[in-house]
Amino acid sequence: MVDLLAKTACDGLASLNIGTVSLREGRAVPMTTLAPFRGQQVALDAALQAAHGLGFPPIGGSCQREEARALWFGRDLGLLMGVEPEATLAQYAALTDQSQGWAVMQLAGLGAEEVLARLCPVDLRLSAFGVGAALRTEAKHMQASICRLEEDCFQIMVFRSMARTMYHDLKTAMEARAARG
Amino acid sequence: MRIHCPLCGARDRREFSYKGAALVRPLAAAEPEAWHAYVNLRENPAGPLAELWYHEMGCGSWLQVTRDTVNHSVLEVVLARDTALGAGA
Repeated sequence: MVDLLAKTACDGLASLNIGTVSLREGRAVPMTTLAPFRGQQVALDAALQAAHGLGFPPIGGSCQREEARALWFGRDLGLLMGVEPEATLAQYAALTDQSQGWAVMQLAGLGAEEVLARLCPVDLRLSAFGVGAALRTEAKHMQASICRLEEDCFQIMVFRSMARTMYHDLKTAMEARAARG
Repeated sequence: MRIHCPLCGARDRREFSYKGAALVRPLAAAEPEAWHAYVNLRENPAGPLAELWYHEMGCGSWLQVTRDTVNHSVLEVVLARDTALGAGA
């Protein structure tokens, strides 16, 4: 059997440190969308608690427990990251493997909000978008998911095919932000 | 112009794509005149108009947006799922 090499979405794209802001690829982890069947969201929430110790994410939010994180990913849609979903969840939701399908990047440091403000038409300041908040928005014409992991660290996700474009746009915005000092 | 998505909150117009007037779909067995009206005939009011918008860059919901065509003010936004638009389907 041939040994296949897994390449992450940002393979070949160097980590960046520009001014006070850094960009690097997130660790490759299993990712699964959870789409609860109609009326099954409460049952799915309980099953998630039992299986992984976290609930179904509220609208605009996320849940975390150790390595596992569940992001709000759209209407009636959550994204479970970091763990393989237990088979019991399939009773209450459609589970779809998304691993390797999304480019996951982390933008961190003082001024990361100002970099994102150049790309996204939403208010991502701490006062409006706290730690753990997660939303779907546009990032330079790409459908993105953004989550604030820590006070000064954002996770940015776009479709894998757009990894290089997102990287380029983030790099340009980081340079523009650094140039203003 | 901003549209207040019931799930995501107020979002910029660029996150949405426009479908057209929000019309109740006729039953499959309805008269051809009813389907002709549904497919082809449109009101063109100077004032409030119910429309369908898709929150493409956000939560992925279809929304019924009531918009004043004179001044573009958005009067009401509800999830299309919660309307009776597809009742005939």
